[in-house]
Amino acid sequence: MRYSALQILKQGLTGNRRWERAWRKPDPKPSYDIIIIGGGGHGLATAYYLAAVHGQSNVAVLERGYFGGGNVGRNTTIVRANYGLPGNSEFYSHSLKLWEGLEQELNFNVMHSQRGVINLFHSDGQRDAAARRGNAMINQGDDAILLDRGDCRQMLPYLDFDQTRFPIYGGLYHPRGGTARHDAVAWGFARGADQRGVDLIDNCEVTGIDIQNGHVTGVQTTRGAIRAKKIGIVVAGNSSRVAAMAGMRLPIESHVLQAFVTEGLKPVIDHVVTYGMGHFYISQSDKGGLVFGGDLDFYPSYASRGNLPMVEHVMEAGMTLMPMLGKARLLRSWGGIMDMSPDGSPIIDRTGIRGLYLNCGWCYGGFKAVPGSGNCFAHLMATDRPHDAAARYKLSRFETGFGLMDEEGTGAQHNLH
Amino acid sequence: MLIPCPLCGARDLREFTPKGAAVTLHRPDVGAGLDAWNDYLHLRDNPAGPTRELWWHGSGCGAWLVVERNTLTHEVSGARLAEEEAGA
Repeated sequence: MRYSALQILKQGLTGNRRWERAWRKPDPKPSYDIIIIGGGGHGLATAYYLAAVHGQSNVAVLERGYFGGGNVGRNTTIVRANYGLPGNSEFYSHSLKLWEGLEQELNFNVMHSQRGVINLFHSDGQRDAAARRGNAMINQGDDAILLDRGDCRQMLPYLDFDQTRFPIYGGLYHPRGGTARHDAVAWGFARGADQRGVDLIDNCEVTGIDIQNGHVTGVQTTRGAIRAKKIGIVVAGNSSRVAAMAGMRLPIESHVLQAFVTEGLKPVIDHVVTYGMGHFYISQSDKGGLVFGGDLDFYPSYASRGNLPMVEHVMEAGMTLMPMLGKARLLRSWGGIMDMSPDGSPIIDRTGIRGLYLNCGWCYGGFKAVPGSGNCFAHLMATDRPHDAAARYKLSRFETGFGLMDEEGTGAQHNLH
Repeated sequence: MLIPCPLCGARDLREFTPKGAAVTLHRPDVGAGLDAWNDYLHLRDNPAGPTRELWWHGSGCGAWLVVERNTLTHEVSGARLAEEEAGA
């Protein structure tokens, strides 16, 4: 069923009784050409592009829980391409271009809203760094505008510009950045993959990966054994656990990152605003809630919930940036499990086992990468060659030290990002 | 989360800084080779369940601790001084 305004009218007039389910609910077949482990944003996008771009329809996505129930349903929905380093720069640029055509391509309203992202800076040195990053973004073909203090006052009148600790000097404005409806992205890719013949199998936990003579042959699951020629691991915070089934140890630590939303308010924040010095960023959802977050709790965790000291820290940072925040009441908080890599950049690569591919290390920035990651991972799995935009996301870069992408410049070791 | 510092008693999480998996106590020899160093610097078991980590009691006694903790529940089951652990 194609979604359109006319369809809404037609269904509305007939009591909304004839909507079809968005995707089938098939039982697993005994074998597939390709199995994707993980039915989150990245896994569903991979399946979609395998079918849509590479004509691979004998594909299954295996999901332990329900589709879109992982980090794609637990993030702060920001979409941007404001990276500076070669490797990241071209990848996120590629991903943003896919975002811009996503709704038409998927025939699904993902509510992609290019409301602009503003990264604030608070010193002359930070202004120089922002100008340099902006130039890198422009050289990549994306957009960046350096705002001075007056521009920021006009666009963001609610900030406390004269706070003594981090007075606001200006910001780097990325107009094509913005937000999207997180769940809809998962649903749109799921529906698109299903329409092209991909089997989406939920409540199906992978319990083992079968390997013979250094080549994958299939998986063991809670719904029986399934054979496959190629297998992709796309499980974010659970990457180490699944890779261990194939005897691998990864350069990954799983950490909890918390996020928060207030009660719904009238429109008050028009952009995505980031306040790096306070480890704080905020935007307003289309429902009106102020969505914001901060830094990791910084200890490894699989608990999907954090501790109160970080809650307090985020609220304090928010209050120093925009004191009006104190008038809003917090509605919910939650945590997601981040697959943190040593240099803060992701991995899209083959493994030492033939037919086994790995997509992980998205740290706390996986949402904006969903289309790009799926697109590039599908390319790698279908052709056995890396996509140009993701060619630098190599697993071997930690071992060799060649091609590390430490965007923050803090070092390429665990605990530093 | 309370961490039972052997010198100070049970103290609030905010007094401590996590410093990663306790494998970093066992530094390879200089000539140990690429695999051993890659293992030490980058690869992690990253367990879902009981784990052993280094924590630094920076806002307390300044001791380095080996903390036994569960990454699924955040339950802390014990802590001892890292210098006892390392034998250094």
